[in-house]
Amino acid sequence: MSSVILTDIEKHFGDFTAVYKTSLEIPDGSFVTLLGPSGCGKTTTLRMVAGLLDPSKGEIRIKDRRVNDVPIHKRNLGLVFQNYALFPHKTIAENVAFGLKYRGVAKEDARKRVQDALELVQLPSVGDRYPKQLSGGQQQRIALARAIVIEPDVLLLDEPLSALDANLREDMRVELKRIQERIGVTTIFVTHDQSEALAMSDRIVVMSAGRVEQVGPPEEVYNTPASEFVANFLGASNIMDATVLGREGDDLMLDVDVFGRVAVPGRKAADVASEGPAKMVLRAEKLLLTNRDEPADGTVAVDGTVEAVDYQGQAVRYFVRAGDRQLQAINMIDEHPFDEGAPVSLRLRPRDCAALPAT
Amino acid sequence: MGWQLIRFWTLLVYLFMFLPVAVVVLLSFNASQFGSFPMTGFSIRWFVELAQNEAILRAFRTSMILGALTALISTTLGVLASLALVRYRVPGSNLISTLLIAPILVPEVVLAVALLLFLNFMSINKSFALLLFGHVIFTLPFVVLVVQARLVAIRRDIEEAALSLGASPVQTFFEVTLPLMLPAVLAGGLFAFTISFDDITGTLFWKPGGVETVPTQIFAMLRNSISPEINALGTVMIVLTVGLPLLGAAIARQLARKSGG
Repeated sequence: MSSVILTDIEKHFGDFTAVYKTSLEIPDGSFVTLLGPSGCGKTTTLRMVAGLLDPSKGEIRIKDRRVNDVPIHKRNLGLVFQNYALFPHKTIAENVAFGLKYRGVAKEDARKRVQDALELVQLPSVGDRYPKQLSGGQQQRIALARAIVIEPDVLLLDEPLSALDANLREDMRVELKRIQERIGVTTIFVTHDQSEALAMSDRIVVMSAGRVEQVGPPEEVYNTPASEFVANFLGASNIMDATVLGREGDDLMLDVDVFGRVAVPGRKAADVASEGPAKMVLRAEKLLLTNRDEPADGTVAVDGTVEAVDYQGQAVRYFVRAGDRQLQAINMIDEHPFDEGAPVSLRLRPRDCAALPAT
Repeated sequence: MGWQLIRFWTLLVYLFMFLPVAVVVLLSFNASQFGSFPMTGFSIRWFVELAQNEAILRAFRTSMILGALTALISTTLGVLASLALVRYRVPGSNLISTLLIAPILVPEVVLAVALLLFLNFMSINKSFALLLFGHVIFTLPFVVLVVQARLVAIRRDIEEAALSLGASPVQTFFEVTLPLMLPAVLAGGLFAFTISFDDITGTLFWKPGGVETVPTQIFAMLRNSISPEINALGTVMIVLTVGLPLLGAAIARQLARKSGG
């Protein structure tokens, strides 16, 4: 069963279309991420589900109820914001109990539920303090406790980790996912951070310029991008012009710029015609740099020259020149990285490649 | 050397500003019949006499009622106007905002005469209600300025959080927005009260016959003679108009500290 169903929703601000004809089904209990750059319509979509914006067209259903005309305070949603949005003039306990007041929960029961929620977010003893006395990460946990204590039909998270610093963000990511799995609430998570999306989601909805580019589990979206935009937005990719030579068994034979003949697995080239122009997508971390004298065994190899080296500690990012193309490669470091100007061999395995229709 | 000079000069400026006030306060405790130096002894007889002067007491009562009503109406209107201008997309909100602030920029005499002529044109007689109306007009900008500044600083998502938790828009206002802007609302109210309490220009033009506020009463008394009672009245007014805002600021700070400040 689906908790949230969006049917052909659109949002216009004057002449500007923020969200264009978007349909989406979010299964009960799942963790769905709206991912995209700023201005792609992900927050607008979330705010329409929340009831903070009215869709210009289309229908929104939550738990089998049409909610287009239901005001936000009657939708029973949990909302968590980027900047925590705790009530600064109320104690932590009063903050968490806020939603229970409007649900006719008896005092004693409310007190217990507040305490349970505080324990769930691992801050059981801060009830008497004020928000400003807590750190950013703690405040965000309280905001989460406040949103889930009312047992919402849907939990909406609007970039909840973006205001935290890097280390804390990764801890909170794990924590958030743990809590979500424990209470099993349907969750819509908005972020522009691809690693958050990949780590936490059951399904990722990649959006760009008000349209949904791709919907799928993290692995599928990452490995089989449905468009050039998705390939570029999730990690670094090399996208090369290619010509389809035909099909051989399950494989699609491509004649690719620089690399020549590559046999792309059919399931990673589903939308490509059996002839004509196409694009080949190769993740930067799947392009391997080796010395020229190493045997190619089973890989497609071309010679290239390292143009720039971006050292990242455990890995290194190379910009490599091959023919008239510059390619990106992210490799783990084996002893020493290659130097700038080093002659190298570029290797790719056909099964790592995916093909897209030419645009 | 240069600093010495600046220090001396600063002292002179402060003396120039506050010496007359100090003299008034000092002379109000003078035992002599004449409100001037040399002082002949310490006495509170002028305060006692002040408390027995029917005309002044009446003026004082009028001023208090006028000030309180002005503060109440100005604050209510000011809060509503600020909410509309900051939280909702009102067509022409910039123009409305400017118009609301305008009475500060227009010289008070001009405003006073304009309102008077307008009333004349409409054949409306002067009354206490119209005096109140006038005071509201030129205290409103102060309330709007103070409250608007505060409201802009209250993040919208805090209100959205309250709504999402099930509070209706009205409940959200009273549970979240109003408590957060309370210091500004109180400050605005105090501003309105003290400005109304102090005002003489507009009041002279607008007051109906027989109604006197404290400033107009002092003005009337000065025309006859300089009685030491006026010094005493001056001291009372200073205490009120300086003390009230200070008290207000102290309360506001206390409130702020309570909310983890």
